[in-house]
Amino acid sequence: MNIDLTIVWAFIIAFAVFAYVVMDGFDLGIGILFPTFAPGRERDRAMNSIAPVWDGNETWLVLGGGGLFAAFPLAYAVILPATYPLIIAMLLGLVFRGVAFEYRWRDPSHRAFWDGAFTLGSLVAAMAQGMTLGALLQGIEVEGRSYAGSWFDWLTPYTLLTGLGTVAGYALLGATWLIWKLDGEAQAHARKLAKRAAWGTLALMGAVSVYNVALNAEYAERWLSAPEIYFAAPVPILTAVAAIVLLRSLTVDRHSKPFWLALLLFFFGMAGLGVTIWPFVVPPDVTIWDAAAPERSQIFMLVGFAITMPLIIAYTAWAYWVFRGKVEDEGYH
Amino acid sequence: MFDGLDALLLARIQFAFTVSFHFFFPAFSIGLASYLAVLEGLWLKTGKQIYLDLFKYWVKIFAIAFAMGVVSGIVMSYQFGTNWSVFSDLAGPVIGPLMAYEVLTAFFLEAGFLGVMLFGMNKVGKKLHFAATLMVALGTFVSAFWILSVNSWMHTPTGFEMGANGQYLPGESWLAIIFNPSFPYRLVHTVLAAYLTTAFVVGGVGAWHLLKDRANLHARKMFSMAMWMAAIVAPMQIVAGDMHGLNTMEHQPQKVMAMEGHYESHPDGAPLYLFGIPNDEEQRLDYAFGIPKLSSLILKHDLDAPLAGLDTIPDDEQPPVFMVFWAFRIMIAIGMGMMAVGVWSLLARWRGKLYDWRWLHRAALVMSPSGFLAVLCGWITTEVGRQPYVIYNLMRTSDAASPLAAPAVATSLLAFVIVYFAVFGAGVWYILHLMHASPHTGELGAKRGDKGPIRTAGITPGPTQDPSDQSTRDLSGTKHEPEEAP
Repeated sequence: MNIDLTIVWAFIIAFAVFAYVVMDGFDLGIGILFPTFAPGRERDRAMNSIAPVWDGNETWLVLGGGGLFAAFPLAYAVILPATYPLIIAMLLGLVFRGVAFEYRWRDPSHRAFWDGAFTLGSLVAAMAQGMTLGALLQGIEVEGRSYAGSWFDWLTPYTLLTGLGTVAGYALLGATWLIWKLDGEAQAHARKLAKRAAWGTLALMGAVSVYNVALNAEYAERWLSAPEIYFAAPVPILTAVAAIVLLRSLTVDRHSKPFWLALLLFFFGMAGLGVTIWPFVVPPDVTIWDAAAPERSQIFMLVGFAITMPLIIAYTAWAYWVFRGKVEDEGYH
Repeated sequence: MFDGLDALLLARIQFAFTVSFHFFFPAFSIGLASYLAVLEGLWLKTGKQIYLDLFKYWVKIFAIAFAMGVVSGIVMSYQFGTNWSVFSDLAGPVIGPLMAYEVLTAFFLEAGFLGVMLFGMNKVGKKLHFAATLMVALGTFVSAFWILSVNSWMHTPTGFEMGANGQYLPGESWLAIIFNPSFPYRLVHTVLAAYLTTAFVVGGVGAWHLLKDRANLHARKMFSMAMWMAAIVAPMQIVAGDMHGLNTMEHQPQKVMAMEGHYESHPDGAPLYLFGIPNDEEQRLDYAFGIPKLSSLILKHDLDAPLAGLDTIPDDEQPPVFMVFWAFRIMIAIGMGMMAVGVWSLLARWRGKLYDWRWLHRAALVMSPSGFLAVLCGWITTEVGRQPYVIYNLMRTSDAASPLAAPAVATSLLAFVIVYFAVFGAGVWYILHLMHASPHTGELGAKRGDKGPIRTAGITPGPTQDPSDQSTRDLSGTKHEPEEAP
C-alpha cells in the first residue's frame, strides 16, 4: 500500500490546530469572560482552574505553526505575510494574557490592570486567530512562491464574521470548562454565560457556513452537488445534533458533559472547514502537494511525531489528572 | 542615511530586538531549572529544610521568567514566517523539521510538567514532583539543543542538496544537518553561558542578602553554591569559547577577522587589538592599540603565524566590523571578570572568609547581571559576524525577507518595542521585588491565591506541607515577612 505522506501531514497539522483550538480555546475563552466574574474569589478560582495547564495548551500553537513551517513551508511563507497585522496582534495579545497569569499574583495593587490585560489579550488573540482563519478561507493571492495581495486583504466582512465566531466559540469552551471546574454561584454564572455563548456560536457558525457557500463557487459545489454532498452532508447534520444535545445539557449538567459537547461541536466545525478547503492549504491556488516539504523531511518528522506524540498525550493527560476536580481556594477537603 | 530605513532594515531590527529580548529568558531559565533540580534533589537526599526553602524561593522567580520566555518565544516561532518568508520557504525543508523536533521533544516536556512543578507538590508527592522538575530542566536543555542546531546550520550549513525550485533539501543523512560543524561548540558555549548567567544571578542575590545580614543561612547557602559554579564553570567557558573561536576561524574566517579588527593581513604575526574604532569606509582600525603577535598566538598557537585580514574578502561579503569587534571585547571582558570572581571566592573559601569579605560580596552583586550582557554580546558577535548572509555564504539576508511594505514593519516594530519594554519591564521589576525579599525558613513557593494554596477537594495535603503555609497570609511577596522587620 502506498501512503501519501503529504495527506498524513495534512491530518497531523489539522490535529495540532484542533488540539490548539480546543485547549487554548478554553483558556482564551476564560480570559474573554473574565470581567464578568466578581473580583476576588470567583476570578481567582477561574484563573486557578487553568494556571497549571495554560502553558501546555499554548504549546499546540507552536506545534501548529512549527509543524506548518516544517511540513508545508510554502504555506507558512505565504499565509503569515498575508495576515501580518493579524499575526502580530495575536502574538502581542498572547504576550499580555500569558504574563498576566503570573503578574496578577505578584502585584495586588495593579491586579485590576493585569486582569484587564488578561481579558484584552485573550480577546485580541481569539479575534485575530478567527480572522486569520477567515482570511485563509476566502483565499490568498499568490504569485510565484510569495504572497502577492495587498495590505488589507485580510480585512473583510467575512473575516470579521469568522473572528467573532471564534471569540464566541472560545467563550463557549471557557464557560463550559468553568461549569466543570467550579461550583455554587460561580458555576451558575458560568452556566448563564455558556448558554449565551452557545447561541452566539451556533448563529455565527451558521452565518459563516452560508457565507462560505456564497463566497466561492468551488466551495458551493463541494457542499451542494452530488456526489460530494453525500460525504459533506453528515457534517452539518451531526453539528446540529451536537448543538441540540449541548443546549440541553447546559441547563442540567454540573460536570464535564457540556465541555465535551462543546468540544464535539468544534470538532464538527473543523471537519466542515476541512471539507471546504480540501485539498488546498492556501486556497485558491496552493494545494497541500504544492506546498509539501520533500519526502525526507516528512519521514524524519513522522518518526519523531510517532514516538513523541503518545508520550506527550500521556503526560499532558497526567498533568490534567493531577489537577482534576473542582477548584478550591481554601484548604477544606 | 535615512533612505536605509527600508523594510529590510526594519525587519532586521525587529528580529534582532525580539530575539535579544527572548534570549535573556532562556539564558536564565536553562540554568535556573537545573539549579532548582539540584536544590530539590539535595532536599530529597538530605531532608534539610534549607534546600526546600531555596527551591521555593527561586521557583517563584522561575515562574515569572519562564512565562516571559514562553510568550516571547512564541513570537519567535512565528516571526520566521511573518518577516522572513523567503528564507522560511527555501530553508523550511531542512530547518523546519529540527524546529518541529524542538516543539515535540522540548516545549511540550517543559510546559507539560511545569504545572506540576509549580503547583503540584502537595498533589503528587515528593518523588513525582522531583521527576517533574527534572523533566522541566531536561526540556530547557533539549530546547537549546535543537534551536542551536538550527542556528548553527545557518552558520555552517552541511548535509543538504539544492532543489530545482531553489529550496534547500535534506540530503542522505539528517545527522549531517543536525551535527553541522559549528553545532557542538556553539551548544557547549551557549549552555555554559546559561549556567554562568544563572550562577551570577543567584550569587548576586546571595551577596545582596549577605551584605544586609551576613548570618542569613539561606543567603550563605545560595552564595556558596553560586560561587562554586563561578569558580568551576567560568574557566571551562573560557576554554569552550576559545575552541568555538577556532572553529569559527575554520568555517567563517570573515567573522574572526571582524572580531579581531584585522582589516589588513598580517604575514608574520598578527596583533591582538585591545582597543580601536573600526572604520569600514576606510577599511582600517582607527586609534588602534594592541599587543603585537598575540592574536596569532591565540588563534594559531604560533607567534609568527600569518593571519589573513578583511583585505582578502570582497567588500560586499564583509560583516559590519564595529558591532562585532566591540561586542566581542565586552563579552571577553565579562568572561574574565567572572573568572576573577570565581578565583576570588576560592581564595575566600580557603581562608574561611567566604561570608565575610564584603568586597567579594559587592563584586558579586555588581556582576549579577553580567551574564545577560555577555550572552547578548556573544549573540551579537556571532550573528552580526555572519552578515551579510542569513545562511552563510549561500543566502543573503537581503534576499530572505517577506514582501512587506516598510510602514507595516515599522508599525509592528514600534508595537513590539512598546509592549516588550512595558510588559517585560514589569516582569523584571516583579522578579527584582522577589529577589529583594530575604530568603527564609518556610518559603511559600509559587502557590497563588490570597487566602492560601489552591487545593482540590478530596486531596489531603501531603507531608511536604510546611506549617507556615497556614499561618502566612501574604503570598504576593509585596509585604515583608516578620523576620525581615528591622
